[in-house]
Amino acid sequence: KELVFDIDMTDYDDVRRCCSAADICSKCWTLMTIAIRILDRALREDFGFHHLLWVYSGRRGVHCWVCDDAARKLSVAARSAVAEYLSLIKGGEETVRKVVLSDPIHPFINHSLSVVERYFCQYAIVEQDILGSKESVDKVLALLPEDILSFPEEKNPMKRWDRLCTLSSIKKGGQYFDKEIMLQYCYPRLDVNVSKGVNHLLKSPFSIHPKTGRISVPIDLKELNTFDPFEVPTISLICEELERPRADEAEDDDVKDKENEQEAGERRRIRDYKRTSLAKYVKVFDRFLEAMARSRKGEMLQKSDLQKDF
Amino acid sequence: MKDVTLSSFSKLVVQTLSRFAMQFPGRRKKLIGSSQNDLYDHCLQFYGQPPLENISLTEFETFAVERLKLLKTVENLGVSCVKNSEQYTKKLDAEISSLNFPQKAELGGISEYEKRRKDHISHFILRLAYCQTEDLRRWFIQQEMDLFRYRFNDLHSKHKTDFLHKNNLKYETVSAEEKKSLQDKLIASSYGLSGTKVEEHDVYKVPFQDALDLVRTRKVYLLAGNAYIPHHEIVTIVLNDFRTRLSKALAMTARSLPAVQSDERLQPLLSHLSHAYVGQDYSIQKNIGKISLEQIDALSGKSFPLCMRHLHKALRENHHLRHGGRMQYGLFLKGIGLSLEQALQFWRSEFVKGKVDADKFDKAYAYSVRHMFGKEGKRTDYTPYSCMKVILSNPPSQGDYHGCPFRHSDPELLKQKLQNYKVSPSGINQILELVKGMHYQLACQKYFELTHNVEDAGFSLNHPNQYFTESQKLLSGGRDIKKEVDMSQRSQENPASVTRPSQANSKQAHEEMGDLDSFFQDE
Repeated sequence: KELVFDIDMTDYDDVRRCCSAADICSKCWTLMTIAIRILDRALREDFGFHHLLWVYSGRRGVHCWVCDDAARKLSVAARSAVAEYLSLIKGGEETVRKVVLSDPIHPFINHSLSVVERYFCQYAIVEQDILGSKESVDKVLALLPEDILSFPEEKNPMKRWDRLCTLSSIKKGGQYFDKEIMLQYCYPRLDVNVSKGVNHLLKSPFSIHPKTGRISVPIDLKELNTFDPFEVPTISLICEELERPRADEAEDDDVKDKENEQEAGERRRIRDYKRTSLAKYVKVFDRFLEAMARSRKGEMLQKSDLQKDF
Repeated sequence: MKDVTLSSFSKLVVQTLSRFAMQFPGRRKKLIGSSQNDLYDHCLQFYGQPPLENISLTEFETFAVERLKLLKTVENLGVSCVKNSEQYTKKLDAEISSLNFPQKAELGGISEYEKRRKDHISHFILRLAYCQTEDLRRWFIQQEMDLFRYRFNDLHSKHKTDFLHKNNLKYETVSAEEKKSLQDKLIASSYGLSGTKVEEHDVYKVPFQDALDLVRTRKVYLLAGNAYIPHHEIVTIVLNDFRTRLSKALAMTARSLPAVQSDERLQPLLSHLSHAYVGQDYSIQKNIGKISLEQIDALSGKSFPLCMRHLHKALRENHHLRHGGRMQYGLFLKGIGLSLEQALQFWRSEFVKGKVDADKFDKAYAYSVRHMFGKEGKRTDYTPYSCMKVILSNPPSQGDYHGCPFRHSDPELLKQKLQNYKVSPSGINQILELVKGMHYQLACQKYFELTHNVEDAGFSLNHPNQYFTESQKLLSGGRDIKKEVDMSQRSQENPASVTRPSQANSKQAHEEMGDLDSFFQDE
């Protein structure tokens, strides 16, 4: 069974201000982008997996399907270990400070931080405005051990953040506070239980989400920055698109014999999706499958070579 | 107690145990021809080869009981101290020594040989007792691993290498160039690793699947699916190996077990051994239906341990609990005596007040409640979680209310909560001290004492349902009365037992088993 990951926006409710529960918007979607970049890198570079399919869940999150042979053969203990390696946010309702960093900082954390840093200012300071109102500032300050600072005069959130970073670097023992805050607000939160279980069910790609009607489509990582969950086709859209008259295929019908009619019908059905918005997503999926097929062929050739089986 | 070599009985044991030997024909031949010294040439072993000798029933029992005492100590220390801290090592060292098990690599002649032999045989006997269920196997493997880890770490570096060689454990080492290029990353991933250490000592490269403990805690550098392990962490890999072998061996033992269990002399000892540590698991429901749903609110304040009080409150406030919370709390309620019908009513009435309508409840959540009671799926009658399980597994994350508040809550928040529950400031401080020392169950016991206004809880807490039962006993004035009744019963029984004429083997064995309990009363 594939190794899977489920990132759900509701798990970030304590750190996003724009939405809560099942709602998402373009502002908090950045969290998913960050999550995908961090996890994709780690799964490929640290764990050596090659065949990853990222899928939009249809409403408020993303899933990752790791389909390498080695991944599919992992034991429950191994899956749980991978999930925990990837977890930095520890604690539930009762924990205020959910990220604690100490020396030495593992390379994985450094890699993840560099991703978060790319997005943090725009996402957290500007869009989420975490250092704007008193309420949100207090929430940030609650993550620091004592009242090490407040912002009586400085109103500009970006300058406030700069001040926090400076103070963090000079305070003895406080060198990682700014990093911890960045991670607590942005680092991916995955549900370990989903990844652990060999029996755990996960929504299939291309299925339809019952609440939104959106199709659970694969995400092209090359276009990750421009992915918009609100542009994802819904089932009603697809039906609409299928209803449109098939002008360009009218000639085909005239030319076919009776014998080929059935074949033609099938070919038409198979081509149908190409007229819909699903086309580009199916291409992503096809590319993913082709890569897997190539690598499997390569492995089998290797195996047969070893067995001297010509 | 008879001190006679019972050849037919021991033949049976040997028969069973020798089925394991079938796996290693080569080694077995070597074994038969070797001298005493070769047999136990290292103080530590993988227990690959079962013992092939006759032993007396006395030795059989003593060895088993003493090893069990040792493993139980390992378990207790694992919860109450930080593993490998000074306190832990001192206490474990003392226990190993007092029970006459081998420690360090002393080659002290006959007595050392005897200790190693005891180590060897007792391990295999306990395999028989602990192979039968998943829970027992898991427990046994966990303690044996902790013991092995302790003993391995205790060895001198030379003896560690000896051990690896003797057991044919060859791990791939990393080339000098690769080490150099990865040096910074290696130092940043492993605690206590310096540049010189990397240069001088071997670094091993194993597939990450073989180093799960290090991966899980992110204590190792990973690249392209391989874990890069410095020499001083090699114990983790060895442990993994140990666990895999033991796990397989236990599965095999379970299959051969019926033959052993048919022996009347062995059967009572083995089953008593495996129940001794568990004590009450509250799996069998007593008092079903004695509690009414209306009483639960009041009971949660009076007799629930903090974790369940917390869960109950969250459920009432949010009209919802996530899976972890439903399991922990739901099974607890089953343990205090709620029937399936009551449970369904309880959960439904609460969830319906929230966002879940009655239909959805029946479709989605009712199934899981019935599942808890063993009425769905594989029909396992799940047992309520012990404190150990709550503390050690499935830590809560965002949106969760389960777990142990003494373990999983921020001390500040815990303090606030205790203040809300009107616990005295000095009491709160005592509790926080215990939490700081990681004595979570003792902290909960203290909470019991403070909320029930008693000096001494009078029991050693290891299960939330135990907390409830003890609380109810105390509140209904039952406890003191019960003590007196017990005493008078005992004094009545004694003269009777003396006059009992003949003592059949099994009966005698049974009474002796009674004494075993005193070995395992918690200190």
